[in-house]
Amino acid sequence: MRRIISVLMENESGALSRVVGLFSQRGYNIDTLTVAPTDDESLSRLTLTTTGDSRMAEQIVKQLHKLIDTLKVNDLTQGSFVERELMLIKITASNGDSRAEIMRCIEIFRGNIVDVTAATFTIQLLGDSDKLDAFLGAVKHIGSIEVVRSGVLGIARGDKFLRQ
Amino acid sequence: MEKLSGGEIIVSALRDAGIQYIWGYPGGAALHIYDALFRQEAVHHLLVRHEQAAVHAADGFSRATGMVGTALVTSGPGATNAITGIATAYMDSIPLVVISGQVPLHKIGQDAFQETDMIGVSRPIVKHSFLVTRTEDIAAAIAKAYYIASTGRPGPVVVDIPKDITDPSYKIPYAWPGVINMRSYQPAEKGHRGQIKRAVKKLVEARKPIIYSGGGVIIDNASDHLTKLVRELNYPITSTLMGLGAFPGTDPLFLGMLGMHGTYEANAAMHEADVILAVGARFDDRVTNELEKFCPDATIIHVDIDPTSVSKNIDAHIPIVGGCSTVLREMLSLVKKSNRDNNCDTSSWWKKINQWRDRYGIYTAPRHAASSGHLIKPQDVIRVLYDVTNGDAFVTSDVGQHQMFAAQYYLFDKPRQWINSGGLGTMGFGLPAAMGVQLAFPEADVACVTGEGSIQMCIQELSTCTQHRLPIKIINLNNSALGMVRQWQDMNYSGRYAESLYEDSLPDFVALAEAYGHVGMRVQRINELGPMMEKCFSLKDRVVFMDILVDPEEHVYPMQVPGGSMRDLWLNKNEKS
Ligand SMILES: Cc1ncc(C[n+]2csc(CCOP(=O)(O)OP(=O)(O)O)c2C)c(N)n1
Ligand SMILES: [Mg+2]
Repeated sequence: MRRIISVLMENESGALSRVVGLFSQRGYNIDTLTVAPTDDESLSRLTLTTTGDSRMAEQIVKQLHKLIDTLKVNDLTQGSFVERELMLIKITASNGDSRAEIMRCIEIFRGNIVDVTAATFTIQLLGDSDKLDAFLGAVKHIGSIEVVRSGVLGIARGDKFLRQ
Repeated sequence: MEKLSGGEIIVSALRDAGIQYIWGYPGGAALHIYDALFRQEAVHHLLVRHEQAAVHAADGFSRATGMVGTALVTSGPGATNAITGIATAYMDSIPLVVISGQVPLHKIGQDAFQETDMIGVSRPIVKHSFLVTRTEDIAAAIAKAYYIASTGRPGPVVVDIPKDITDPSYKIPYAWPGVINMRSYQPAEKGHRGQIKRAVKKLVEARKPIIYSGGGVIIDNASDHLTKLVRELNYPITSTLMGLGAFPGTDPLFLGMLGMHGTYEANAAMHEADVILAVGARFDDRVTNELEKFCPDATIIHVDIDPTSVSKNIDAHIPIVGGCSTVLREMLSLVKKSNRDNNCDTSSWWKKINQWRDRYGIYTAPRHAASSGHLIKPQDVIRVLYDVTNGDAFVTSDVGQHQMFAAQYYLFDKPRQWINSGGLGTMGFGLPAAMGVQLAFPEADVACVTGEGSIQMCIQELSTCTQHRLPIKIINLNNSALGMVRQWQDMNYSGRYAESLYEDSLPDFVALAEAYGHVGMRVQRINELGPMMEKCFSLKDRVVFMDILVDPEEHVYPMQVPGGSMRDLWLNKNEKS
């Protein structure tokens, strides 16, 4: 099962490498990883996605918690949550038909065009990972593409906070 | 406030952390620190002959005393030499602080002379580490290092210190931070009350109970509580390799060690148990054998301070995250309050256990062939060692058959008496660890039970023993082979001894010991063993190296059959349980 795990940790050098090291050391996969300081600059918020059964997820959460720099860990997939991922795609499209098809897809998926040339579009799309995958599926055949994705961000729904 | 350089701050911080002894080896990046050490008296430095030994010695000191051990090494090769020692301590949860010199800050990343990314190299084998980048941060980093190393589940902490921040010309006011509070690190000590109650209820209702205790009991100084609880319950208890001595080895409630080379009665009792109280143990693969076949009928209560150890290999029915000491104390008081006389009957369980003991136990009758003439059985060496030292010595060990014989036949009655590398299984640990123990207890008998293979991995430390007057006794069970390797080759590779023999290249250990200024003895006949062992331990202020030629054919038994349950054991070369 896919897991989205949030970690709140000290914003210190070496902290991120300990998280990444933990995953390779213990044989867990990281599918996506995002990290940035929070409103409190001394803390970093990290979201990572991985796949594993419940025993593995439990171990991952415990192991992350055990890192000295970690304040809070939450497996978002245990409750209800909001997830978002940002994607930028550059796609070649020079003839009228393909340009029109791309415009249609952008409209359906509520994307934005952020740059355009005679031969390319650069598109920004926001959503959960499934939506981004679906968009790629829809436009892939039109031209050659370059994709950059932010990795998943997640936050619990309701009044649950992951704060210090 | 007095103004100090970075090097002086390190030494002052060590002093203020209560550190009297550090083990180490100098080199370029650490020289400012060494100069600061030279100019004071509070912290004594002991020079070793190899950085691995500095860490093992600090580790042995820690295991024997419960205090944090400290080592100091230089950058690059000094730091990498320390790695095996750090990994050894990490696997056995031993509190250490290892300070490593580093190249100056502006040279980090330049492939400078003797530059190694110590933080990166050591990351998977430390509890935590600090790269200190300002002189102003040194004292706090050291204070935190000792706090982290010694609290929660203990472990080694590395403090990597670039040379320029220890420069004698830059001085700042020094103050010891004292009490440490870290918002991201708050180890839980107390177990959950409700869980403890549930556990005690299960425990007192058990018909076929067993206590399975591990190194965590020793680390948390919980032996007294454990002993009282087990005696109150009158239940059988077994121990891991790391837990030996937490409960008295000579007590009739003790079934001996469990696991790969555990006794039949301990392994069989685990297998048939209806309730297992695991405390400070981690269901290591050297204990459980095949996980699928592990203890099919047992309700498992697991007490451990580290949540990641709980339900990692074996699901616990009643997990209790907390320090062994507080949890066991609480359990004892609840057991005393429970009126269990009505519903507790373990007499038929004990009857069964005693039958196993009579039939297969290594403590009810010798199960190995007798020594005679030139044939010295290694088991008998340990028995003689036990008798000569009245069961009262500190015994350190290396890794191999000799280690298992020591664990089986020296009945440890006290915690911290048995000092070995259980988790990593580091050959070369025994001699430097013995130095650390002897430093802590100058009057005590300290025996390093080793093999001719292991002892050669840190043999250079015989010179350190001379310099610092550490009169340890080396009991070399010389079977002219990497015996444990050869045993596996006998059992699994039809006796093809790939690189487990030395082809007559072993040194003359007696001459070698003498070359270092020590006493060497060679024992070749069983009837010489007792008297020579007596002589060895009567030489109180000398290092004695006893080279004892033991039966090269002997195997360690019992031994779990790979892929089997806990109680599937080889009892000797021909017989399976
Ligand atoms: C540093 C290291 N290298 C290799 C091993 C693998 N190993 C385990 S036991 C053993 C043989 C040890 O021989 P010796 O010290 O003579 O002990 P014996 O088994 O003969 O009693 C070896 C090579 C190890 N544990 N540690
Ligand atoms: Mg040997």
